[in-house]
Amino acid sequence: MIDQLKRACAIAKKDIRIYYMKGPVVIFGILFPVFLFLAFVIGRDLTVDFLIAGLLSMTIFFTSMSITPVIAPTETQTRNLERLAAAPVSITAILLGDMLASVLFGVGISLVPIMVGMAIGVTVEHPFILAAGIVLAAFCFSAMGLIFSSTPTSMTSTVMMISTMVKFPLVFISGIFIPVGELPQWGQMLALVSPLTYITDLCRYSFQGTNYYSILVDATALMIFFVIFMTVAIKLHGRSLPKRL
Amino acid sequence: MGLKTMKTVINVERLTKDYNGLTAVDHISFEVEEGKIFGFLGPNGAGKTTTVRILTGLIKPTSGRVSIMGFNLRSEPIKAKQIIGVVPELSNAYNELSAWNNLQFMADLYGVPKNHAKNRAKELLNKFNLYDRKDHKVKTFSKGMKQKLIFAMSLMNDPEILFLDEPTSGLDVISARLIKDMVLELNKEGKTIFLTTHYMEEANQLCSRVAIINHGKIAAIDAPEKLKMRIAGLKWVEVSFDMPVDASDLLDLSGVIDVRMSGDKLRLYTNEPGRTIYQLVDYSRSNNLEIVMLNTLAPTLEDVFIKLIEEKG
Ligand SMILES: Nc1ncnc2c1ncn2[C@@H]1O[C@H](COP(=O)(O)OP(=O)(O)OP(=O)(O)O)[C@@H](O)[C@H]1O
Ligand SMILES: [Mg+2]
Repeated sequence: MIDQLKRACAIAKKDIRIYYMKGPVVIFGILFPVFLFLAFVIGRDLTVDFLIAGLLSMTIFFTSMSITPVIAPTETQTRNLERLAAAPVSITAILLGDMLASVLFGVGISLVPIMVGMAIGVTVEHPFILAAGIVLAAFCFSAMGLIFSSTPTSMTSTVMMISTMVKFPLVFISGIFIPVGELPQWGQMLALVSPLTYITDLCRYSFQGTNYYSILVDATALMIFFVIFMTVAIKLHGRSLPKRL
Repeated sequence: MGLKTMKTVINVERLTKDYNGLTAVDHISFEVEEGKIFGFLGPNGAGKTTTVRILTGLIKPTSGRVSIMGFNLRSEPIKAKQIIGVVPELSNAYNELSAWNNLQFMADLYGVPKNHAKNRAKELLNKFNLYDRKDHKVKTFSKGMKQKLIFAMSLMNDPEILFLDEPTSGLDVISARLIKDMVLELNKEGKTIFLTTHYMEEANQLCSRVAIINHGKIAAIDAPEKLKMRIAGLKWVEVSFDMPVDASDLLDLSGVIDVRMSGDKLRLYTNEPGRTIYQLVDYSRSNNLEIVMLNTLAPTLEDVFIKLIEEKG
């Protein structure tokens, strides 16, 4: 068990060396959300702390989900997977390692909007809750990213397309640009099934002290989503790995 | 282990792999004893790679049982993988990492202690003549260098059993030689080696036992010399004269069963090669011919292979 964890860390280290700053990671993880964000906030009359909270949750969402989907198709194509799978590591350890690399990337990059916010005078009222929320959400979203890469393809672009098609709508139903309370009835129902809703709510609470759900609900929801995503990812990858060889 | 002096380290029972209706591996059973080099020989698509992938825990068999050093592959895959080394048929090191980092990554995956891993990596890089390139990214390596690195990676955990899937295919003679020498050296240290290959000569030189596999089934399994004895009835004499001769004349010589042209040589299949040679000499004298070349040949592993493959076709 401890051994497998150590080996997962070795896999994370390898991922960090190889995948940070790769083309698709930078485009889909950093540039894409920044432009999306700018496109929707420019010219609208919104308070700065509302915006920073939204930007932060969006950053975690996109960055933590930018590494995990890239790894499996890339390593299928470059034929590294067979060597890796022959090593004494379980699928869970491999996925955990990939997730760890993704989580660190997500957490690291999300410091940027926080610092931008502090620079322009936004204060973090609940730093510990925010920190815990960011880490939890990063795990949740990188596990979600693993599900996208579970089809046994070697085409990174296919995986990126599928994941963008899912990520994009989620941004609009999760209270980033419009608070959940102001959404129509059906919108509020949809918001419930998006993990992004809960980290957005948690960010709002940490910055503004206002929240739609209780913080306990936010944390529990993220936890539940994480467990579901991880379980599904392990199942799906276990099935697709032999097909990638 | 009972009375057996040799320990069985790979035990395969009725192993089968179906790919949607296509049976790639068809109820094969065999054992490999400790310290042996076991050859797995077969034509393209015979099921060699599929077998290696099952034995190394990469894919699950449809049915059958495998145990590696006593560990059942189905119930204890991690423990089995821990003590084996693998050189897959088509596999790469990480291109974006240096040779050194690839080796250290392997060491981490197998839980090799840091200090030990460093010494081992140095030693292996030196052995494979890669030490001066250790900090270069693998993508700058030639094919042969990559293959040597993959080989070195498989040795980082000092495995008890080594699986090599066509380790020398596509390499020049020098690199192939180096790999073969490595295999022999490892074997001398007591390692068991499971080797698939297309090269009969390689199997003949290296292996103490060879399984010939075709269409997912084992056609024969034995020591190379014993396999050759199976078609020992068929010996032949190769002869070449300074002038063309009529093949039907030679068919009349005693003991000769068949005569075939092969290039500028005539191949006489015979069950008494000694008598055939005397008669050839007499024949050349009486016809005023000069013998340019005369050779007696025992069957090679290749002949056994082709005969078995053709029979079971
Ligand atoms: N993933 C797969 N899906 C479907 N069929 C497969 C798969 N892998 C192998 N096969 C089939 O199984 C059979 C055995 O293939 P295998 O790769 O084991 O042969 P091999 O003996 O290693 O051949 P070669 O000498 O060409 O490497 C082939 O008919 C092949 O088409
Ligand atoms: Mg093969």
